[in-house]
Amino acid sequence: MAEPALSIRGLTKVYGNGFEALKGIDLDVAQGDFFALLGPNGAGKSTTLGIVCSLVQKTAGQVKIFGIDIDEDFAKAKYALGVVPQEFNFSQFEKVEDIVLTQAGYYGMPMKEARPRCDRLLKDLGLWDKRNGSARMLSGGMKRRLMIARALIHRPRLLILDEPTAGVDIELRRSMWEYMRRINEEEGTSIILTTHYLEEAESLCRNIAIINRGEIIKNTSMRGLLTELDTETFLLDLAEPLDTAPRVEGFEVERADSHQLALSVRKGTDLNDAFQQLTDQGVRVLSMRNRANRLEELFVSMTSQPDAATGIDGPSETSAQAKETAS
Amino acid sequence: MNTRQLLISLWTMVVKEVRRFVRIWPQTLVPPSITMTMYFIIFGNLIGSRVGEMHGISYMSYIVPGLIMMSVITNSYSNVASSFFSNKFQRSVEEMMVSPMPNWVILAGFVIGGAARGLGVGLIVTVVSLFFTHLDLHHPFLTLMVVVMTALLFSIGGFINALLAKKFDDISIIPIFVLTPLTYLGGVFYSIDLLPEFWQNVTMINPILYMVNAFRYGILGISDIPVSGALIAIAAFIVAFWCLALWMLNRGKGIRS
Repeated sequence: MAEPALSIRGLTKVYGNGFEALKGIDLDVAQGDFFALLGPNGAGKSTTLGIVCSLVQKTAGQVKIFGIDIDEDFAKAKYALGVVPQEFNFSQFEKVEDIVLTQAGYYGMPMKEARPRCDRLLKDLGLWDKRNGSARMLSGGMKRRLMIARALIHRPRLLILDEPTAGVDIELRRSMWEYMRRINEEEGTSIILTTHYLEEAESLCRNIAIINRGEIIKNTSMRGLLTELDTETFLLDLAEPLDTAPRVEGFEVERADSHQLALSVRKGTDLNDAFQQLTDQGVRVLSMRNRANRLEELFVSMTSQPDAATGIDGPSETSAQAKETAS
Repeated sequence: MNTRQLLISLWTMVVKEVRRFVRIWPQTLVPPSITMTMYFIIFGNLIGSRVGEMHGISYMSYIVPGLIMMSVITNSYSNVASSFFSNKFQRSVEEMMVSPMPNWVILAGFVIGGAARGLGVGLIVTVVSLFFTHLDLHHPFLTLMVVVMTALLFSIGGFINALLAKKFDDISIIPIFVLTPLTYLGGVFYSIDLLPEFWQNVTMINPILYMVNAFRYGILGISDIPVSGALIAIAAFIVAFWCLALWMLNRGKGIRS
């Protein structure tokens, strides 16, 4: 049986201030998988990925990348790893192609091998025209694609994408999804994705783990998880305004506003019943849509605690504003 | 990494560092040249002509080795301190940390890059000095050895400073409050023979005195101190600072949580 792309056992992280960010988590990501790691702010996602990438020192536990223990041969494990972090972490003053080629050099790639690979990636990711420009002149979406090109330059077998589409417009986000899907399916690159766009995780990922307060609270297939959703909420747009929510037997109905109702439907319930009752009461429905993405409903129900953060990680784009100084 | 990969990664580091200070040459190469030209005009030409000779050498020629060394020291130190701290600040240090490059390659890349700027500025200052005086190189190999070792030593010092720094102010404290006074009091502009005995003894604990004098000995053939001791001291400091910097880097000091 093939070694997992990533295997984590008993991973613990206690920061200097005593905060226990990870409480002995176990996690496996199979080779070739497209895996979502989700969790609220401060849940432990970035700490986990930081340890895997060597940016954070673990307190205890074991991490293996394609069977290579990072405590035994981290350098070898790093060859298999590509990282696209949440925040921009390249020199804003470097040329675009220099950033990618320099990263190749860090992996010991000869220039004659790195140059064509760099050109290919910049073309694929729509950065070819910008290759000789300074990185600080790129738009937010281009900077994210630059980090993807940089992460792929050494042909990693495991790619970690930490909020790769944060702050990217919808059209570009979808083209990035296509690209990620392609490198996963055609090149066999295993991918671990964290995102605050749950639609993105639902669309791309086959397996999912949800982490909360330093513990993995769910680790299953995306399909399996979605079948656990027992209630969906639909927003119904009404033809005429209503002062109060109508009573619909077997359903929960709330008045969202004068022209909109929120209808909660339990799994297995016949939706026609609801419409029949509404019609009988003279309520005309013009259109309907899900109030939230299905995964989002599950996510919120799993991670919501009275004193827990219920928000999902937002984009964090505190790019360095510093002037390049050289005193 | 095999040897070839190590060499490629080290070369990449050095090229990146050199590209950085060349890209911003108006900040890195021009100011020291202008400052040193001022020193040559004011201290060498105007005041120096009234000072006369020191150890039988014109004052202008006497101060040239010290001023070259001052440029090498401050530029080597500042280059690495500024570059590595900028990498920390912009988080581009993570590019290196996630790669399989060993820490000693990262350290060596920054140190060689810093030394390259120090030596580059030193060369510019030397060329400028030739417009004001004539230099006879008494001991070329010794001169080269001292200036390279000094550049490496202060580059490592700048790296340690940047590792510990938490804000940009932290990388200017040492150059302003430690390096500059020690350099000025390290016999750049005068022979310590001119000082009272007490202050001569105090000056002897200034490490920069040894570097300036060893370098001056290489160029002019005169020194206030034994040169062999200076070389041993510089070499010892390089080894000690290198080990300290590498230990800090291995521990993730200032860069890993």
